[in-house]
Amino acid sequence: MSARVAVVLFPGTNCELDVAYAVGRLGGTAEILFHSERDLRGADAVIVPGGFAHGDYLRTGAIARFSPIMDAVAEHARAGGPVVGICNGFQVLTEAGLLPGALQKNSGLRFLCDTVEVRVASTRSALTAGAPRDAVLRLPINHFEGSYTCDRRTLDQLRDEDRIVLRYVDNPNGSLDDIAGIANAGGNVVGLMPHPERAIEAVLGSDDGVVLLQSLLTAAAAFQPPVASVH
Amino acid sequence: MRFTAHVDITHLPGVLDPQGATVERALPALGYDNVSEVSIGKTIRLVVDAPDEAAAQAQVEEMCQRLLANPVIEAYSVRVTAMEPA
Repeated sequence: MSARVAVVLFPGTNCELDVAYAVGRLGGTAEILFHSERDLRGADAVIVPGGFAHGDYLRTGAIARFSPIMDAVAEHARAGGPVVGICNGFQVLTEAGLLPGALQKNSGLRFLCDTVEVRVASTRSALTAGAPRDAVLRLPINHFEGSYTCDRRTLDQLRDEDRIVLRYVDNPNGSLDDIAGIANAGGNVVGLMPHPERAIEAVLGSDDGVVLLQSLLTAAAAFQPPVASVH
Repeated sequence: MRFTAHVDITHLPGVLDPQGATVERALPALGYDNVSEVSIGKTIRLVVDAPDEAAAQAQVEEMCQRLLANPVIEAYSVRVTAMEPA
């Protein structure tokens, strides 16, 4: 059975159709769920796509954590289910406390829209398990607040636990330790600034995102939800 | 009692402030070449009902921790003043 992926749509999200298209093209089944939904309708994995959730009011990603669906996303993450936040989705996951650290403004003062090289730094995550370690992938970036930062203790922890999953080859935004993507301790929650869903066909300029999304679909298909508890 | 709270949110030291940096580079163009350490943050003003000033202060600081600021990249300060009775 093909992996079922819930794609979360906040007011202001704008990458949900690209993500849904990519999931479908790679053999998964995507269902776009509005943020007011309260459950994931049995999805095996969640993707929080890019955009400007809730207008990025207050701070990028800050208001999204109050959307009803985020409780279900957090529950899925706690149960070990794959959850991936792309770009604004990464910002949402940090603000929701599902990933550590924060994304600050790019060091170059500019919005960046480019295709960059990232290196697979760890394969111990739902998004990178199928990629060769140290492989260099060409992926689009499209962000203003994309410079990852965290305190020293968190950085040490990310390094020691092999949770930095992607690093920029040529750091475009001043991100700490060249970080382009990180995972939680379980490896099932991943956030990244580049857009793998925009790099799935050669005609788009790169199909290097396929290996990442395929990893996610594999992890999704393998995920066994815990036996439902009585509420 | 009603209290006005002013919340000042600033970048933590070391956090990039592109707006501040840009303004700092612009000021010398107007002849202000003695300016440094420009920083741009934000102010949030709100009114709270609370039994006393300490309670209002504590509650707004909690709001900062939980929503108004992101402690990973931002610092905040809270100033609470009693409003004149209507």
